[in-house]
Amino acid sequence: MKIKIAVIDYGMGNIKSVVNALHCCKVETEVIKSPLEIKNFDAIILPGVGAFSPAIKFLKLKRFDVAIRDYANCSDKMIYGICLGFQLFFTKSYENGEHYGLNLISGEVKKIETYKNLKIPHIGWNNINILDTQNSKKMFDTINTNELFYFVHSYYVQPKNLQQISSICNYGTNFCSSIVYKNIWGTQFHPEKSGAKGLKILVNFVKEVKLNACNSGN
Amino acid sequence: MLRIRIIPCLDVLDGRIVKGVNFVNLKNTGDPVLLATRYASLGADEIVFLDISATHKNYNLEIDIVKKIAKMIFIPFTVGGGIKTLENIRNILNAGADKIAINSFAVKNPEIIRIASNKFGRQCIVVAIDVKMSSKTNWNVFIHGGRIDTGLDVVYWAQEVVRLGAGEILLTSMDRDGTKRGYDLNLLRTVSNFITIPIIASGGAGKVEDFARAYENGASAMLVASLFHYKELTIYNIKKYLKSQNIPVRMIN
Repeated sequence: MKIKIAVIDYGMGNIKSVVNALHCCKVETEVIKSPLEIKNFDAIILPGVGAFSPAIKFLKLKRFDVAIRDYANCSDKMIYGICLGFQLFFTKSYENGEHYGLNLISGEVKKIETYKNLKIPHIGWNNINILDTQNSKKMFDTINTNELFYFVHSYYVQPKNLQQISSICNYGTNFCSSIVYKNIWGTQFHPEKSGAKGLKILVNFVKEVKLNACNSGN
Repeated sequence: MLRIRIIPCLDVLDGRIVKGVNFVNLKNTGDPVLLATRYASLGADEIVFLDISATHKNYNLEIDIVKKIAKMIFIPFTVGGGIKTLENIRNILNAGADKIAINSFAVKNPEIIRIASNKFGRQCIVVAIDVKMSSKTNWNVFIHGGRIDTGLDVVYWAQEVVRLGAGEILLTSMDRDGTKRGYDLNLLRTVSNFITIPIIASGGAGKVEDFARAYENGASAMLVASLFHYKELTIYNIKKYLKSQNIPVRMIN
């Protein structure tokens, strides 16, 4: 079945690489700037680089916050947050103050502690430990644990419900590098910038989107 | 564990890749789109594209080449050359780049680092610093492709760009550029002692051991140009050696 994915453009940096990667996975992809459009798509991707506070402000200003929350409540739709987009799913972030997020996932976003000669931001390729759960199998189908993905961030997420975590990464401390929770996916790393294995995650996402859309009888 | 990154650099002049020694005597070495794609498939951890004609001739950066490369590679992609405005940065990011490298203009207008970093996030702001040794333990910052000595001390300027919001520093030794005498380790050690963001070492790589030394002296990544263009070393050989020295690298199958 044919599906369509929307990449949300909220003016925070480069969405183009996500679009390029989805095209490489042969999925019909559109960039959208208005929350009114999102209902027409089988899945949305919230990409993002940049700071939490201007991003959430913009989402609220454009009424994307309500639209995304409603969207996440539709069981036949799927939603994927990348990096900052992932962090925006959480209840609260401590980046430059305290800011409330979309609260799709209970938990907080905290700064990576600096100590010794640990460089911040955490930039580069790091290995992840894939947790052995039914949900993580969907995200990491045909991907081995310890595989490397590309990270760029100074803050990390801390979900309240540890069952939602699908992988863990270590940088100074262990942190949650991805989540699969109901129809919500999120990765702290950039699948669109992690070479063939990253593209594989997007392919796995597309597969789930198709399954999901089929099951709900569309 | 975080891997060190091996980053091929494409210096582009009028749409072709060039490489010189000590920033002069540039030679044409090929097509940037083909080369970027090849390096990505050979295990490059990132690609840097610098349009070296952009600043001193006031040319517009080659945005079409950037777009073409971005469609072909799915690893991080940094673009620099002649950036002067937020609009320039936005155009480059919209063309599919992940990070921008800013050099000369940042020295003249440091505030652009702060503004760009607030707007696009510090992770996509790479400040490129070209330096030349002025005494045994001091290096001066040069701009305009190494043509102008700003008189700024590298340690001062590196700390300043971190304060303003740089996400990474691309630190090039002009003394070592293209000489294959190894990275300037004193320079790396000196600067990395003072800053907390990652440093990409640049200028002077000649043999596999040079990469291990750079890592030991504080570099998080190493930039390579001529060695790869002339096929004197391969990404695979460098990584194989580093792995044998227990330095964490990303090997691809």
